[in-house]
Amino acid sequence: MNWPRALLTDSGGFQMVSLLHLADITEEGVTFQSPVDGKPMLLTPEDSIQIQNKIGADIIMALDDVVKTTTTGPRVEEAMYRTLRWIDRCIAAHSRPHEQNLFGIVQGGLDPQLRDICLEGLVARNLPGYAIGGLAGGEGKDAFWRVVAQCTAGLPEDKPRYVMGIGFPLDIVVCTALGADMYDCVYPTRTARFGSALVSEGVLRLTHAAMATDYRPLDSSCTCMVCKRYTRAYLHTLVTKEAMGSQLVSYHNISHMMQLSRNLHSSILEGRFPEFVQSFLQKQFPKGDVPDWVCNAMDVAGIDISMCRIPQSA
Amino acid sequence: MEFTVRACSGHGRVGSLRLASGLEFETPSLLMITRRGLPVVIPPEMLMDLHPDSRACQFTPMHFLEDPLAAVVAKAGGVHKLASLTGFAMVAVARDSLGNEIAGEEASNLGASFETSSGRRIVGLEKYMEVVNACKPDLWVSLPDEVPHWVPEKRNRESVDHTSQWLDHCLSLQHAEHGNRCLGVVVGAGSLEERARSAEQAATRNVAGFSLAGFGLGEDVAQRGFHLEVAIAKLPNDKLRHVCGLGSPEEVLQAVGAGIDLLDSTYPYMLTKECLAMTFPLKMEVPLRNADRDMQPTPDHGVASGFSLAKVNLRSATYGGGRIDETPLVTGCKCYTCKRHTKVYINQLLNSNETLAQTLLEIHNTYHYLEFFKAIRESIKADKFHEFRTWFTSQRVFGMTYDVSESFVA
Repeated sequence: MNWPRALLTDSGGFQMVSLLHLADITEEGVTFQSPVDGKPMLLTPEDSIQIQNKIGADIIMALDDVVKTTTTGPRVEEAMYRTLRWIDRCIAAHSRPHEQNLFGIVQGGLDPQLRDICLEGLVARNLPGYAIGGLAGGEGKDAFWRVVAQCTAGLPEDKPRYVMGIGFPLDIVVCTALGADMYDCVYPTRTARFGSALVSEGVLRLTHAAMATDYRPLDSSCTCMVCKRYTRAYLHTLVTKEAMGSQLVSYHNISHMMQLSRNLHSSILEGRFPEFVQSFLQKQFPKGDVPDWVCNAMDVAGIDISMCRIPQSA
Repeated sequence: MEFTVRACSGHGRVGSLRLASGLEFETPSLLMITRRGLPVVIPPEMLMDLHPDSRACQFTPMHFLEDPLAAVVAKAGGVHKLASLTGFAMVAVARDSLGNEIAGEEASNLGASFETSSGRRIVGLEKYMEVVNACKPDLWVSLPDEVPHWVPEKRNRESVDHTSQWLDHCLSLQHAEHGNRCLGVVVGAGSLEERARSAEQAATRNVAGFSLAGFGLGEDVAQRGFHLEVAIAKLPNDKLRHVCGLGSPEEVLQAVGAGIDLLDSTYPYMLTKECLAMTFPLKMEVPLRNADRDMQPTPDHGVASGFSLAKVNLRSATYGGGRIDETPLVTGCKCYTCKRHTKVYINQLLNSNETLAQTLLEIHNTYHYLEFFKAIRESIKADKFHEFRTWFTSQRVFGMTYDVSESFVA
């Protein structure tokens, strides 16, 4: 790749379950249909780690038994315990522990007791970092933030916490307030390909007819190459019609997320994180209609957002 | 705008073109393809540094009829500002080589038929010039009634008459403050007499240069040569000559040999779309290795890979499976792609359906073609154009000669 910066590889677990036909999970590993020739293939924890060792990323993920958040019943518990058994197999198979950091993934669905057991088990393995997995599925936001809060409370303070599959700016701000550090999501680039730009106020749908005569940049506060050069009116004509439209809006959306990360980071360092959160919420919800789940989460996070619930007067 | 012929080799010539904007470059020159004003896959911010000569683009006014409207371009202050390509030459060419065929359908006195984002429609003079004026191009082609060589005589004559009338009409509608930037179209398709007549008429107009049309439409190569010769013989020596529709290396050489100065070519992009990298040698002084001469195509290679020296097929399993090829597309190439990446990586990107593959290939293919044009200019300056052309066409015979551009001839 000729990429001189940090790299993280996922174990392949989520992709198998979400993208491939007929994943069958046993104690041995995950059987799925090969995307190349359709033949059945087995991915074991050992296989996943070996492949990740060869790819050589700085952070590698354990193969976990991941279930949909909407799953209920004994399957959730089975998956959590299996994740713990598999982490030991991953640790044993990891041949480059001094070069690559193996992160464990906390599972347990939406059940606090299962999550607790998983947390305890993983923390005891003293891994370099931890991911909070099994979310970003179909669960409600209220359940989602509570699981994140429980996990960040139960994970060591001095190790990274990675919430997998989170990418909406609002979700990132909330999880950061709750003590998470890392996120990944296809959302910024995927939504770009559908013609939506991420801006301070929320999401700008470039396909909307009003954009045809809007000569402003995507986001007035953004300094990225796209916002310096192009107008909404022009991008309106490019999105969903030219590959270049996808490219330019993707570029902006990624810049936007990078700027959000920088802002979160520096506002925490500079002791003005609550102010940043307040300003963020006021821009996203000028009518004061901050969702309840956000209010509850900020309560637990200890951030006063009462002023965000008042409509911004013109 | 100033155009000065600096050197000649046969009818081929090197010129220096200095635009009103101050931008200066040498001809014969390649105009890079754009869609709605931007490159198809190359990130616009990379275009300036892609190659020392990557400064000139073609664009099609037909892309600005509706989506975006001419008004949007005008509001931006012209196509350079709209697409943020200030510092580039933007040349308006009516024909959209990227895919839309000229069928020579009925044209009325009011305009000719073009493919647009809302389907095929007649584009009239007022509309065409509204777009041209809104775009403020550095050079623009007058509205052509372009027909292929197989149309009946009557239609061909009509196309010459239309084209001439429309040239005058366009000139009357051009914005005075933009100065003389018009390239008057010369048609004539199937008849050398009509071709000469068209050229004679255009030659008397007050234009910056000429655009030869009706080529690249399935005509016989030798016939094309006669048409180019007959037309150019009637045109003043000291004005620019552009041709549209000719883009493959052999077509470029034929056109340059006849005296053409500017070409817009989709050849690099056509290769990119087929996952091919342009690799033909550029220096006739470097002897071809015996190994290259003797290599036979293997079953691994698809038809289009031609184990020719001209292009490599990045989809081929050779680069990943059996033999991991960590060499760049062309060893020694100084383009962004070759300096950073390998064949096996691009092969991997193609296997994963990543669009980065097209971007990397297009950067290389454009760079390589700009180097080809540079080699052409060098050969003219050394008065060796004929040798260069002969050498180039003969070394293309090695291996298979399937050329992607041939499949795009109507």
